[in-house]
Amino acid sequence: MHTSNPLAGASRAYLNPYAAGVLLGLVLLATYALTGRGLGATAGFAAVATWLTGLVSPAAVQASAVHLKYWNDGVPWLNWTLFLLFGALVGAALSAWQAGRFRLGIERGPRISDSQRLALAFLGGFIAAWGAKLAKGCTSGQALTGSSILNAGSLVFLIAVFVAGFGLAHFVRKEWL
Amino acid sequence: MLPLSSTIEFSQAAELGIAILLGLGFGAVLERAGFGSARKLTAVFYLYDMAVVKVMFTAVVTAMVGLYGLSVLGLMDLSELYVERTHLLAQGLGGLLFGAGFLIGGYCPGTSMAAIASGRKDGLVFAFGMLSGVWAYAEFTPQLDAWYSSTALGELTMPAITGVGMGWWALLFVAALLLAAWGLRWVEQRHGSLHPAR
Repeated sequence: MHTSNPLAGASRAYLNPYAAGVLLGLVLLATYALTGRGLGATAGFAAVATWLTGLVSPAAVQASAVHLKYWNDGVPWLNWTLFLLFGALVGAALSAWQAGRFRLGIERGPRISDSQRLALAFLGGFIAAWGAKLAKGCTSGQALTGSSILNAGSLVFLIAVFVAGFGLAHFVRKEWL
Repeated sequence: MLPLSSTIEFSQAAELGIAILLGLGFGAVLERAGFGSARKLTAVFYLYDMAVVKVMFTAVVTAMVGLYGLSVLGLMDLSELYVERTHLLAQGLGGLLFGAGFLIGGYCPGTSMAAIASGRKDGLVFAFGMLSGVWAYAEFTPQLDAWYSSTALGELTMPAITGVGMGWWALLFVAALLLAAWGLRWVEQRHGSLHPAR
């Protein structure tokens, strides 16, 4: 099947997934060994949300227990997970550049438009955020970090993620196939 | 004795420096695995490319074996590690929502960084969706956090629930990974026709 994917082009092949998995596991292990906690990602977004809210309306921050959790005495951007995300952005950029994989574009299947894809990307991010907040973690904080220490809730989360993904896959196939 | 945080009091600058260093590795590995690509990530749900399962499963097993090995050698005190409290309903419902958002949006929070770094505009839009979502949660449903705290079960790990030690669990996970590696190849071959042209 040929696609109009503008992102398919000559670039170096991805790393063997099992090798990548070992490396990712070692990053996670190093995080545990150094900090006593695992990886995370959603908390970084939450810190930015609280930071921006505080710039507009400090009263709104005081009104929400969730905002206050990330307020950090008025410097919410000095957040551990936000710095981790910044490092991840730089690390991924170096890796993409080195492998010749940087392409400006929008990734989608051939049967939807760019603007439809962008709308779905926003919607998906919004829903994923709510899910991650409710579950106290995302792929990083629950699925990887929690599962590796056999946290029961993390294993439930992991199973639920795949149940939802496989359950919905048929209905959004036009977005990807 | 590990974790280092239990024996050394890091300054805030040191902590944030460690975060950036670990982040560099985190992001580089995600990009190397192909996780800056939404179609590579969502392919797992159409069964033609199971890289997401392979990478995640291997990472979980590697870290689990590593944690267990370090504790057996007396180098790490596992009781010093942070364990998020289990709340079956929150993690079940949250996981369903998160899975839906992952498939519809094409990324998860961490991989959206790899996507942005690879030039994906949809990755950037996903990240703005995330930001709006966490903001809306803090703004409109902060009481969900209170509900979680008051009804969570506590720190529950499989060894604690079953009485079966972490070493046996690690062994089980290694065996499951080997079985999965064989099964996933078969699954990918069966659904290979869905693979977009490369």
